[in-house]
This record gives sequence, structure tokens and C-alpha cells, in this order.
Amino acid sequence: MDAQLLISVLSGFFILLGVLALLIGALGLLRLPDVYCRIHAVGMIDTAGASFVILGLAIHEGISLVTVKLLFVGIFLFFTSPIATHAVAQVAHKSGVVPSGRNLAIAKTAKKPTGAEANPKQAAKIRSKVSRKSRGAS
Amino acid sequence: MMLVAISACAVCLLMALVRTMRGPTAFDRVLAVNAIGTLIILGIALHGFIMERPEFVDIALLYAILNFIGTFAVLKLFSTGSLGDAASSRKK
Repeated sequence: MDAQLLISVLSGFFILLGVLALLIGALGLLRLPDVYCRIHAVGMIDTAGASFVILGLAIHEGISLVTVKLLFVGIFLFFTSPIATHAVAQVAHKSGVVPSGRNLAIAKTAKKPTGAEANPKQAAKIRSKVSRKSRGAS
Repeated sequence: MMLVAISACAVCLLMALVRTMRGPTAFDRVLAVNAIGTLIILGIALHGFIMERPEFVDIALLYAILNFIGTFAVLKLFSTGSLGDAASSRKK
């Protein structure tokens, strides 16, 4: 009787933890501003949510063949979902989806000609400073 | 407990469906469909436990494999323009 109570409490705890992760991930998928940010939220659904729900179901079931199948599903999801989200990020980057927000590469290329127009001396100084910095970094 | 979990799965599925309809790029839609697939896997497993027929886990395992392969097929179609069959690659 006591063991039964412990099993039901543990499985309920893990299922509720997984459900919390699922809800957070779905909210992030709905609200975040960008493909790359949304990939982060979907990673949360795929690993934390699915793993905890499946762990809770396995504890609820006990030791049997169904548990083995459930663990197969969990291990498969745990290893393939990050690969899928990584592939989404790679293809999105390759086909030219720019991350939203303050984009440093675009800002640098846009600022360079305006600075040279306004004050050529200062622009040259900035450029030499930048080149020095990059040399130091390399 | 299982009923709470499966209703939360349904709520998450609706939110992912909204993202699938509104997504500005195609990759948002691929990502949301991938999340919907994961949620459906969990829903199938939970439904099997609610109905006291845990054999549904077999279907969940099959659906996990299909979801993974489907995502990769769509991504390959987006990135290369073909699915890698001999006729379309020879044309290129």
C-alpha cells in the first residue's frame, strides 16, 4: 500500500514537471520574436517535456515490456529532436533568415560609409583602431 | 493526472497550431509542425494509459520515427530543391 502511494506520487510529480515544460515551451513558440529563438523553445518541448512525461509514465507502469518501449520512445526523442532543431537552424541560416534584434554585422557595414563621409580623419583613425584590434584578436 | 497531462498537451498543440498558421517564414512552420508531432506522440502514449491499453506505445514509437524522417525530408526539399531522387539530380 505504501509502495503504491510512493509510485503514484513520483509518477504524478514527473508528469506535472513535464507538463510544465511543455506549457513553457509552447508559450515560447508562440511569443518569441524569431526563428532562432523559437528553436530554443521547441528544444525545451522536445527534450525536457517529452522526457519527463515519459519518465512519469514508465514509473506509473512499473517493470514490464511497455516500460521498455516507453524508454525506447524517450531515448529516440531525446537524441533525434536536437538533431532536427539543429538542422532547422542550419537550413534557415543557409537560406538567409536574419536574426531579429540588434544585428552587429549589418550595423557595422551600414555605419562605415556614413562615418567616412562625416569626418574622414576620424574614420581613418577608427578603421586603424579596428584593424589593430582585429590583429590583436588573431 | 493523466487527464491533466493530456489536456495540457491539447492546449500546447493549439498554441503550436497558431504558430503554424501565423509563422512568417517556412522554417517557423516546419518547427511548429515538429513540435506538434512530439506533442501527438505524448498524446498517443497518454491516451493508451488512460484507456488502459498500453499497446498504444507501439504507435507512438512508429510516429516518433516518422516525425523525424518527415522533418528531414521537408528540410532537404527546402535546402536543395529536390529530395535526392536520380531524375531531378540528373537534370541539374
